[in-house]
Formats: sequence, C-alpha cells, structure tokens
Amino acid sequence: MELLAQQLITGIATGGIYACMALAVVMIYQAIHHLNFAQGEMAMFSTFIAWQMLAWGVPYWLVIPLTVALSFVGGVAIERLVIRPLGDAPVLSHIVVFIGLFAIINSLAGFIWDFTIKPFPSAFGEGSRFGGLISNHQLGMIAVTMTVLLMLFLFFRYTRVGLAMRAAAENPASARLVGIRVGWMIALGWGMAAAIGAIAGILIAPIVFLEPNMMLSILLYGFAGAVLGGLTSPIGAVFGGFMVGIIENLAGTYIPEIGGELKLPIALFLIVTVLVFKPTGLFGRTVVQRV
Amino acid sequence: MSMLLEVTGLHASYGDFRVLHGLDFTVEKGGISTLLGANGAGKTTTLRALCGMIKRTGTIRFEGNDISSKATEEIVRLGVAHVPEGRGTFTGLTTEENLQCGAMTRRSRAEIARDLEQAYHWFPRLRERRNQQAGTLSGGEQQMLAIARALMLRPRLMLLDEPSFGLAPLIVQEMFSILRKVNQEEQVSMLIVEQNAGVVLELADNAFVLETGGIVMSGTAAEVRDNETIRAAYLGY
Repeated sequence: MELLAQQLITGIATGGIYACMALAVVMIYQAIHHLNFAQGEMAMFSTFIAWQMLAWGVPYWLVIPLTVALSFVGGVAIERLVIRPLGDAPVLSHIVVFIGLFAIINSLAGFIWDFTIKPFPSAFGEGSRFGGLISNHQLGMIAVTMTVLLMLFLFFRYTRVGLAMRAAAENPASARLVGIRVGWMIALGWGMAAAIGAIAGILIAPIVFLEPNMMLSILLYGFAGAVLGGLTSPIGAVFGGFMVGIIENLAGTYIPEIGGELKLPIALFLIVTVLVFKPTGLFGRTVVQRV
Repeated sequence: MSMLLEVTGLHASYGDFRVLHGLDFTVEKGGISTLLGANGAGKTTTLRALCGMIKRTGTIRFEGNDISSKATEEIVRLGVAHVPEGRGTFTGLTTEENLQCGAMTRRSRAEIARDLEQAYHWFPRLRERRNQQAGTLSGGEQQMLAIARALMLRPRLMLLDEPSFGLAPLIVQEMFSILRKVNQEEQVSMLIVEQNAGVVLELADNAFVLETGGIVMSGTAAEVRDNETIRAAYLGY
C-alpha cells in the first residue's frame, strides 16, 4: 500500500512536468497548427541558464524569475525571427525548421556548457516528509506545477489578453476584424510556452540531471500527454500529462517486464494507441457547428 | 453632405487574378450605402479590400485619412467594424466571450459593460444564449451575434457582408429593422453588400450596382429602385 502511494505521488510529481510540457506544446499547436519539436530543447537551454546563474552565486529565489523572464523573451524572439517569416509554408518546411532549431539549441548548449552530466540543486532542499512518503522536492514540484497551471487557467479564462489569445488561435481572420493583433498574440504564446518549459526544466533537472539531452524523453512524455488529452484541448493536455506520469510509474513498478528500462516505450505505446482508437484524444474538441 | 468613406480607383486582385477594376463609391456620414450585384460581381472582395484583408491599390479615405496601406487591425481600431461573409463566429467561445472580443480595442470596462447590456437589449435572444458555445447557435442567432459583436467596437462605420444570407424572411425583416434603429439612434454609418436588393434598397440612402468588378450604376436608392432596366438586368426582381 505504501509502495502504491509512493508511486502515485511520484507519478503526479513527474506528471506535472509532463503536463507543463504538454501544455506548452498545445499552446503553440493551437496558434500555428504545428508541433514544436524544439520545445524540450528550449526548456533545456533555459535550465542551463538557471544553472549558470546559480554557479555565479545568484540566489535561487532570483534565478527562477530571471530565467522565466529570459525564456519568455527567447520564445518571443524565436517566433519573430524564425517562425513568423515561415508564414504559411507547408508542413514539411515547418518540421525541418523545428528539427533545425532542435539541433542548433542542443549543440549550442553542448558548445557552451559541454555534454558532461551536471547535478542540479533542488530549490526545496533534500529530505522528505510524512515518514519518507514524499520527498521535499516532489512536494515542491507538485505545488509549483499546480500553481502554474492554475494561474494559466485563470489567465486564459478571465483576462482580456487571455481571451484575445484564445480568439486569435481559434479564428485569426475574425480576430483581426475585431482589432486583435494576431501576430503578437502568437508571439506571446511562444513566450509563455518557453516560460512554462523553463519552469518544467528547472523542476525536473534535479531528478534527471542536467545535460543537453535531458529533455528528450520528457518531451516525448509531454507529447504523449498532449495526444492522450487531445491536441486541441489545453485542459486535456494537462490531464493527459498527469495520466502519463502516473501510468509510467505504476507500469514501471507493477509490471515486471517493463521495469525501469522499458518505461519510455510506454509513452510511444500510448501515442499510437490513442491515435488509432481516438485520434482527437480524450478531451479533443469536436466543434459543433450549425450553418 | 460630408463623406465618411470615399473610395476612388479601388483595384484588388487574388494573386494574378484581378477582381476589382477601379471602383468609386462613397458612404455619407450617418448614411447607409449599399453595393448590389450578382454572385461573383466582386462585392465581398470590395469589403475585404477596404479592410486590408487582401492586396489593393487606390485611395480609401476614411474621415479624410487615407487608410489604403493600413493593416486590418489598424483599420478596425479607427472604428471600422466588418461583419464578414460567413459571420466569422468564434465557434469555441461563448456568446458573451464573442461579444467581449468585439470590444477588444476599447479600454473602459464600465463602458464595455454598458454596451454589453445595450447589445442584449437589441438582441434579447443573445442574452438567453450568453453562456452557450457560439458554434451551437442557429444561423440567424449567429448573424445577430456578428452584428452585436461589431457594435461592441462602437464603430463609426459598419461593413456588412450579405447579412440576409441564409435567413428566413421574417428574421431578415427583424434584422434590417434593428439595423435601421442602430443607424438612426447611434449614428453608425453602414456599407451593406447584398443580393437581396429589394430589402436593402428600402433601408439605404445610396446604391452602387456592381458587375464583374466595375460599378455600372450609382445613385440614390430610390433612383436605382425605380430604374426598370437596372432592376431587370442586374438585380433580378
């Protein structure tokens, strides 16, 4: 029983990270209808920036907002400089650009900080609570991801900018006709996705350790979560992310054939299964339209 | 009477295909003009060209300023509300969120709240549907929503693209009577594109008849209505 509880908590903790990555992917997918394969690398680079600042002796509480702000600016810059000029280019052009971004960011991180694996300190310290049931870091992960997700929900639901972003993603032509600056809304979406990724990276780095390929599997789980919940549904993506985290941990523990080694294929298995049986995902919206 | 919108020599094309060949037309301050013509005459294209949704050349003067090189969002911000072909509903948002989007360029929350009430006053059906996903509204309700959303901008000029399209005659009558009231009570000028010439000529002050990208006749609505040749040849009623 204690093992089950422990695995559930671990699943929710890592699931929160997947949920953040899934949400970042879905936000950009909603705006430009392409999957950003470089989302994980952007998060990894942000994490390196945080590590560098920590190494320079900047206090943790300052590192996080600075990293988030820098990542936001970086995300906006990538959209303005790389994605926007692509415009309505065909799908393959976008894929090639995303792969290019992936390779560039990955190599750049390796070039600046080299490829050796680095430990990354937790903001919440070592130790655990409730008789070892949950580590301080896991508790911190859950608290932070929940807060971030709640704030995003409130932002999109109750603010005018959030409404403008939703309108711009749903119907760009109509959005322009009510005076929404659609281009900037897309850039804002990129900035926010990059900022969410930065938080996810900083939270997961103490567990997977810091190196240029750290986000590879995380993003795959994020994709699985996004597909499971539905690429058209931010709430679904978040739910999917948590589900993937829980399924991954429970399967790894209770199905001996899977163990720790075969965890990653679970993500791929989930993606394929969902795409075969319910391509819109669990929460995928089939927009009702009367004409 | 002074002009709110003055268009001279408007050309527009889709890629290499030229659709408009130098249109001249006007909308008076506080007035209603209509562009009439058959399918493919270039009516929708004209509205899209005015709003900068497609490439265009020529002079478009709105309140004296040339807006022919401005982007869509900037033209909207000057007070030009476009009710597009197909209504342009944000289908995934609720009715009220659609209306809120219409006021996106405005600042004062109090005024927006007041105008929201005013919109529900014009179109009581929308109040009943305020929290419903807008894509589930009927065609007539979506047309009402499109007009109400445009009014939320507090526009100086409204461009309406076939507001009667696909609606039952009774609803068309109701909608045009609301448009008349909006025009009289709120001094919103209008440029209405229609195939349904009979109804709109009752409402409009001036009419411009369009054929294959050129204006073949213009005059007061009464003149166009009384011209048997034009009626038979272009308006089909």
